Amino acid sequence: MTTEILLAGFGGQGVLFAGKILAYCGLMDEKELSWLPSYGPEMRGGTANCSVCISDDPIGSPLVLTPDILIAMNQPSFDKFIGAVKPGGKVFADSTLIDTACDRTDIEVYTIPSTQMADDNELKGGSNIILLGKLIKETGLFTLDTMKKGIEKVVPPSKAHLIANNFKAIELGMNA
Amino acid sequence: MERNLMKGNEALAEAAIRAGCKCFFGYPITPQTELAAYMAKRMHKAGGVFLQAESEIAAINMVLGAASTGVRAMTSSSSPGISLKGEGISYLAGSDLPAVIINVQRGGPGLGGIQPSQADYWQATKALGHGDFHILVYAPASVQEMVDMVVKAFDTADKYRMPAMILADGLLGQMMEPVEFPEIIENSADKSGWAANGHGNKREHHIINSLYLQADLLEDKVVERFRRYETVKADETDAELYLTDDCDILLTAYGATARVVKSAVNSAREQGIKAGMFRPKTLWPFPVKELNKACETASCILDVEMSMGQMIDDVKLAINCSKPVHFYGRTGGVIPTPAEILEEIKKVGGAK
Repeated sequence: MTTEILLAGFGGQGVLFAGKILAYCGLMDEKELSWLPSYGPEMRGGTANCSVCISDDPIGSPLVLTPDILIAMNQPSFDKFIGAVKPGGKVFADSTLIDTACDRTDIEVYTIPSTQMADDNELKGGSNIILLGKLIKETGLFTLDTMKKGIEKVVPPSKAHLIANNFKAIELGMNA
Repeated sequence: MERNLMKGNEALAEAAIRAGCKCFFGYPITPQTELAAYMAKRMHKAGGVFLQAESEIAAINMVLGAASTGVRAMTSSSSPGISLKGEGISYLAGSDLPAVIINVQRGGPGLGGIQPSQADYWQATKALGHGDFHILVYAPASVQEMVDMVVKAFDTADKYRMPAMILADGLLGQMMEPVEFPEIIENSADKSGWAANGHGNKREHHIINSLYLQADLLEDKVVERFRRYETVKADETDAELYLTDDCDILLTAYGATARVVKSAVNSAREQGIKAGMFRPKTLWPFPVKELNKACETASCILDVEMSMGQMIDDVKLAINCSKPVHFYGRTGGVIPTPAEILEEIKKVGGAK
């Protein structure tokens, strides 16, 4: 089985970084995986998105067009991709920045004010990680332990002091 | 071996260092730049030289100089930059020099775009520069194959004294996948018979040259080179055959497109359509025998590319047009979807 995940938001919100954490979680769990960023002009200021596939089998096309899981971090991304989510799919959206009204009844939309939560807890820029916490709680895709290992892999040694903040953000998301 | 997670572009660079590449000359261009950036960071620690040249043309001529001395040398670029290197690659071939050139393709012609493309197939396999010559062309379809093929490209280039190209694309260059690296290999090819690395008054001069003003001498040189190419064509082809034993319709695709095609082939099988896939790993030499074996049971072929149709020429030639060959392609940086290809399989598969 392959889980196709699409993460989308503004450049600078940590969309690619969050995708990388999911990819490393796949690596930790000895899964097959792929991570593909958008690298067009949009990553230089506009919307950025990132495809992550996690599977037990080799990955075919790494480009996610119809995600099982969508993480939306801004309104344009939510509007653009909500229609593409597979029936039965799950959407995680930041309600601080997004009006998450949606007519679809065949998908589950989880909304948490992740930007507000990050600001309230002195985790500026941690909205992406809070959404990942919510994701693992609602999908069971990875355990908290795997997620922590993934974070330790992705955060560069020069920023190791930020690992604790990321752990805190994950737990905030899991409890939201 | 440890599984690492790496971008295709970075994996190409790390593999080259492990294959004993000692000189990298490059010039930045999207979507290949991470390769040069990685080399800038790592090469000097590995005891080699990284140099950002003033242009692509300068970079390929630095490769020519380095290769002349017998060291493993490499350059990388993306489509428009590769066109600039064409002259230098012709000179490398005309001087019988081994070197590795990486093309992380983007949309063309002209400056084109920066999204993935396969529109440089003709350029790579038919005419990368002027004159009668070929280069080895490898087409990876995963980050792991990018690593394996860089090592293979250096070895085979040394073996036959000819340039080798890795023909990748923006999708493979930018994506991350788990990858394992081989141990660092000592470069064992004996180049003492031709390398211009200082004669120390102990032997005759070695002259690296592609200029032969006497027509019969030049003809002899070229004919000798083409004799070598015959050995390459017989011994160095490589291809993946996927579900071809009983296929009614055979899809042909290489590189990133082959991944999308594989997904479509699997969907077709689930719907009871006997589809299979032939994926050449070497584009020159083209795996003629392997393709003929793959299409034995097929009534038709569907060639899929991220171009307007270039490899399709080699597919038709390889089977002597003995079966209908259909085409489906997207170009300009658009990646075909498995659903589009499945539709096409149904369309041509139903019309036999």
